[in-house]
Amino acid sequence: MEPVNGGIVKESVNGEPAAVRPVRLSVGVAQGVWKAFGETQALRDVSLDVGTGECHGLVGRNGAGKSTLVAIFTGLIRPDRGVVRLGAEAAPTLADRATWQRLVACVYQKSMVVPSLTVAENVFLNRATGDDHGIVNWRAMRSRARQVMLDWGFDLDVNRLARDLSVEQRQVVEIARALSVGARFLILDEPTASLEKAAIERLFERIRRLKGSGVGILYISHHLEEIYEVCDRVTVLRDGERVLSAPVGEIKQDRLVEAMVGVAPQRATEIAAPMLVIASARPRLEISHLRVPATLGSVQDVSFSVSPGECVGLVGLQGSGTATVADAVVGLVKPVSGEIRLDGKPIHAGRVDATLRQGVTYVPEDRHARGFVPYLGVGENLTVCILDRLSSRGIVSRSGRDRVAAGLVEQLGIVTSGLDQRVEQLSGGNQQKVVVGRALARNPAVLVAVTPTVGVDVAAKESLLNVIGAARDGGIAVLLVSDDLEDLRICTRLLVMVKGRLVKEYRQPPWDRHELIAAVEGLEPASARGESE
Amino acid sequence: MSKSAVERPVDRPEQTIAGTLRRHGRHIMANWIRELALLPVIVLLLVVGAFVNPAFLTADNFINVAQESAALGAVVAAESLILLTGKFDLSLQATYGLAPMVGAWLIVSKDGQGLGTDWNPFLGIAIVLLVGLAVGAFNGFMVIKLGFNAFIFTLAMLILLTGIQVGIVSGRTIYHLPDTFTYLGSQYLLGVPISVWVTGAIFLFSALFLRYHRVGRAIYAIGGNTEAARAAGIHVDRVRIGVFIVASLLAALAGLMTAGQVVAVTASQGSNLIFSVFAAAVIGGISLEGGRGRMVGALTGVILLALVQNILILSQIQTFWIDAANGLIILIALALARLIGTERA
Repeated sequence: MEPVNGGIVKESVNGEPAAVRPVRLSVGVAQGVWKAFGETQALRDVSLDVGTGECHGLVGRNGAGKSTLVAIFTGLIRPDRGVVRLGAEAAPTLADRATWQRLVACVYQKSMVVPSLTVAENVFLNRATGDDHGIVNWRAMRSRARQVMLDWGFDLDVNRLARDLSVEQRQVVEIARALSVGARFLILDEPTASLEKAAIERLFERIRRLKGSGVGILYISHHLEEIYEVCDRVTVLRDGERVLSAPVGEIKQDRLVEAMVGVAPQRATEIAAPMLVIASARPRLEISHLRVPATLGSVQDVSFSVSPGECVGLVGLQGSGTATVADAVVGLVKPVSGEIRLDGKPIHAGRVDATLRQGVTYVPEDRHARGFVPYLGVGENLTVCILDRLSSRGIVSRSGRDRVAAGLVEQLGIVTSGLDQRVEQLSGGNQQKVVVGRALARNPAVLVAVTPTVGVDVAAKESLLNVIGAARDGGIAVLLVSDDLEDLRICTRLLVMVKGRLVKEYRQPPWDRHELIAAVEGLEPASARGESE
Repeated sequence: MSKSAVERPVDRPEQTIAGTLRRHGRHIMANWIRELALLPVIVLLLVVGAFVNPAFLTADNFINVAQESAALGAVVAAESLILLTGKFDLSLQATYGLAPMVGAWLIVSKDGQGLGTDWNPFLGIAIVLLVGLAVGAFNGFMVIKLGFNAFIFTLAMLILLTGIQVGIVSGRTIYHLPDTFTYLGSQYLLGVPISVWVTGAIFLFSALFLRYHRVGRAIYAIGGNTEAARAAGIHVDRVRIGVFIVASLLAALAGLMTAGQVVAVTASQGSNLIFSVFAAAVIGGISLEGGRGRMVGALTGVILLALVQNILILSQIQTFWIDAANGLIILIALALARLIGTERA
């Protein structure tokens, strides 16, 4: 994360609203909102207003405070200071869910549709459809749901079960539910993350129509191109502060990226990376025309290779498919087409145990879910992947295990009271070292690491990266999936993925931070875009 | 609201009223086929039964089967309600045994192994229901409010309550039950046992409630996506606890039916019942994950189990093999149901 003091494009937060506030009404206003969670100041003096018929883009990198602001706007948390208004009314108390629901609705990335119910029921979930003696009037509910669909121009059979719907259609159900309650302030939280291209176009069409009907939309997205496409104004948050708020027409992309990233005084904008001449001509891991459908981040026709001693950084936003590529390589998901070869031999697609035996090990994205067994000791966790080597006839050699584990503890600098200490008792950084150690224990041919340094402190991050860097120098082919720019310093090559496709390759470090982020966000380099306009 | 033009139907060209109705009809058909997936199996059993023993296809036999399985049916309806909210209660079996035991114990004289308090039989029936209410409220509170795991907590409750049931009568059977107490399980209306009418009414009412009452739909929403239900303002915990209470009440009522039918309460009343209850519900398409399944399906599950039991007895198979045959047929029914209905079990 960037330090706080880098606000180079900070608009005058205090002076601006009075001057700019036009005649139009607002559907949602936050004024001078502060919110802290313990030590962390999530929002500092953030102001934002969404007008009727306006689509207001909200952008910022992970941890910038977007989710906190959404939670405040939807009445899930109270701001420490500041005022929130919805339409003409002051924000109701948190307990008054019904009023919140009437005034504002949020379509989250996570589906809030009940799969076993019909579309009509989902639209009218827990709301009176008859004379309100609690009796459900199915006929009235269906026809009212049909009317909602008709009024807002959604084409969806209200009798279908929600579980039979596509992601796009479920989203329509949620929007229809919000509108039918009467909400005229709609928050869309990364609505395009799991949509196909054509579906995104249709979503934009819907947004334009909603705007035309006076609905105000707060549109959160990582994809800046979308902001330019549908939004009227854009607000940038960085480290809990509003650093920019302007009509999209008045702001160039490079400036938007700059506002999001900020400047890092101590570090150069260019990420230092090792210069490495790859001696081996023959790639160890070859991926060709990989195609994997996934709810969050499908992969469409991705091909690349990784050689021994090389660390390839696969960079992309959440949902861009980078993590799915990693899952496919280690055998967690089975691709529909395409091939993954290890030293020329195809891997067993969709079989984790087989790919492990072939020499692919894995540092998973969610270490708590897949990384370690919390109740077991450090030693057992470190050696869980090599039990076949440590045992004969099924009996595990305790001394052999301790020897290997002690070596790994030393190599990784794991701070632990002993090999029997439960991993759940370690700090986050040391837990992650255990996960990395487990992956290296097998002395793999390929190491796949997904966001290996997420949520660990600076020192642990350095040593984790050094360990992975050393593994790379030791001749392991490393595939590093991360959206943390700091992680990329150990990479020898970068591949950028946007919406399931490889869009760019950087062969020669050092990389330019701004250019990289622009590519990750799905933007053409600023210069190229300038030419096309 | 703006009346903007209907969105261009990009991938679905037949956007006509007739098309909509046709699709609607198809959905309804598909749903019913899913629910009545067991009907072919039941028809098959009827044919098999007719060959096995000529006494099978008689009104007397069917009334007998219905009476035998009325209590099971009531408990299946109860468990299905809880399953739909995404929880379950193993101790329904113990409530089914303990509630009539306590009621009978307090109204029957010392000769009949009662406590000797000789309370009014109506008071006894009230106590039966009160025990159900108390157990359900306690289970609901502990599992929903305090977050105990439903499996382990209701298992412990099952053991505890069954132990109390045996303990208060020192393992003996209470008999000499007054007529008032046995009315539900022993009397007939229009040639059909009252207990069968009651269980039928329970199924009919709960099916209608689930379909046509807001709380009934909330039960499906809670089981289908708890977060979405909460976001829609449904009082998730309140509904779930309420369902626990209603289910325990139904189990107590079912226990009263059985007590009336055998005109006694044994210390072992209810033992092993819960396995048949889960089997019937799951075969009938009630999802163990919650949010899926219908009462009519659960009812077909009950009918199927009852017919299997009846045919096995009529076939004069060795008594010691009846359980094994029963288990095997349940497995086959599950497999068939899975083949016919899309996704159950």
